[in-house]
Amino acid sequence: MSGWLKDKGHLARMAGLFAFGITAFLVFRWLMVPAGFGLYGHYRAGALDDAGARPLHYAGRAACEGCHTDIVEARQGSRHARIGCEACHGPLIKHAQAPTEVKPTRPDGRVLCVRCHETNPWKPKGFPQVKVADHSDSGPCTACHKPHAPKIS
Amino acid sequence: MESVLQSVQGFMYPNEVELQWGILIVLYPFTTGLVAGAFILASLERVFNVEAVKPTYRLALLTALAFLLVAPLPLQLHLGHPERSLEMYLTPHTESAMAMFGFVYLWYLMVVLVLEIWLDYRKDIVLMWRESSGPTRWLYGAMALWSDNISPASLALDDRIGRALTVVGIPSAFLLHGYVGFIFGSVKANPWWSTPLMPIVFLFSAIVSGIAAVMLVYMVTAWWRERAFDMGCLDTVARYLFYAFMIDFSLEMLDLIHRIYEADESFRALDFMVHTRLYTSQVLVQILAGTIVPLGMLGLVQLVQLSEKARRRIYAMAGVLTLIGVFAMRWNVVIGGQLFSKSFLGYTSYKMNFATREGLLPAILLLILPFVILAVLIRLLPPWKVQRHGAGVSG
Repeated sequence: MSGWLKDKGHLARMAGLFAFGITAFLVFRWLMVPAGFGLYGHYRAGALDDAGARPLHYAGRAACEGCHTDIVEARQGSRHARIGCEACHGPLIKHAQAPTEVKPTRPDGRVLCVRCHETNPWKPKGFPQVKVADHSDSGPCTACHKPHAPKIS
Repeated sequence: MESVLQSVQGFMYPNEVELQWGILIVLYPFTTGLVAGAFILASLERVFNVEAVKPTYRLALLTALAFLLVAPLPLQLHLGHPERSLEMYLTPHTESAMAMFGFVYLWYLMVVLVLEIWLDYRKDIVLMWRESSGPTRWLYGAMALWSDNISPASLALDDRIGRALTVVGIPSAFLLHGYVGFIFGSVKANPWWSTPLMPIVFLFSAIVSGIAAVMLVYMVTAWWRERAFDMGCLDTVARYLFYAFMIDFSLEMLDLIHRIYEADESFRALDFMVHTRLYTSQVLVQILAGTIVPLGMLGLVQLVQLSEKARRRIYAMAGVLTLIGVFAMRWNVVIGGQLFSKSFLGYTSYKMNFATREGLLPAILLLILPFVILAVLIRLLPPWKVQRHGAGVSG
């Protein structure tokens, strides 16, 4: 090697090695990063379509309230008014799409109510809590409480 | 659930009962600290021309490289899906400190350490390439990039670039370990971590641990090779360790005094924790055995004329205690920060497993691994003068 590079040949080789490494990284990145990444944010744009293509399970509150106006009325002003219908009744899009063919099952209060109202010291003091074993015999909660407006019947 | 709750005292929120970060996350700042500290010690000779520490220069660089190669492994083991860590490089998020740090790590590894070691060793590599045969010859040839030019002009150029790299390397080393402290110091929800002093304290304790580690590695390698210790070098390294330790101790005490004087709403809870669950690891191991005792020992050498043998023993003991103390500091930060509830009304315990992915066994292996790598590096690139056939003494 002669001229300007005479004593810099090894440095030129090292620079070439770095350039190769950076190029290899960029090629690898180009191959690995999915198309559309970063188009709308720090995620793959196609993920939106993928999520949209997944089957729906929940109909949404508006779909329930369109038919069950009596329940809407009963819930007005109650402490359960802001709870979503399907939070207790489960996902019901099939029922919303075919109301007569698909009938939802009535939730078991001894399981459903207890999930929120069993005594637990981690819950805020003002939250209605009972020790279910002491509170009632094995009777259903709905024998005394209206689930949509939970006052004593 | 019952067994988990047995470790709880008082009131804990459900997500606070089990610790998310265990011993591997303790190991991570400890190993990166050793890297930064070892490099700072190496820079003393290169940039600040402290001739006395020259025998540790190459050893410090190789130690830094060995620990830097192992530094990310505790994080990889901690991740359930280590292969996903690659995403950090492919699609880095500019608002993530950890993602940006991935590039700091690469910069430090490739541009600072590997390049500086290569430039410093190039003459030796070329000579070993010329002398060796078989696969070793090919290996050294590859390391020399098949360029055997070791003319005075090319070596002078290497030296100039190496010096410039060291100058760049110092802020890089500060950035490398300052970041680790930053990660903890920026968690504003955790009063044990959240202090702007955290990066500074981490940095100085890193310098302390790195100097102590290189000092011990130098002593062990000299003893192993049955060579006399360069006491001028050891005394100088120990003096720098003492100075760095004084600054580190002052900063930690400043942080402590500030917390006590400020006494914010978290103080009583943290004070109780330090006097109970962290008493052994913080007060006894970190502050007493890991800081005050080695500082006293190193200070004694500065004040009293001691025999060479006594100084050697003091340096060895002070070095080991310093490393234990710095490890305890990392432990107390990482584990201590997860032992108390955000409600300040309860405490949990850390149950360390043994032979699990995040247990004690992998942690021990990850602590041994850098020394295995260092042994290989020393074998490949001896940091001391080597007698050569027909080429005189090099290195």
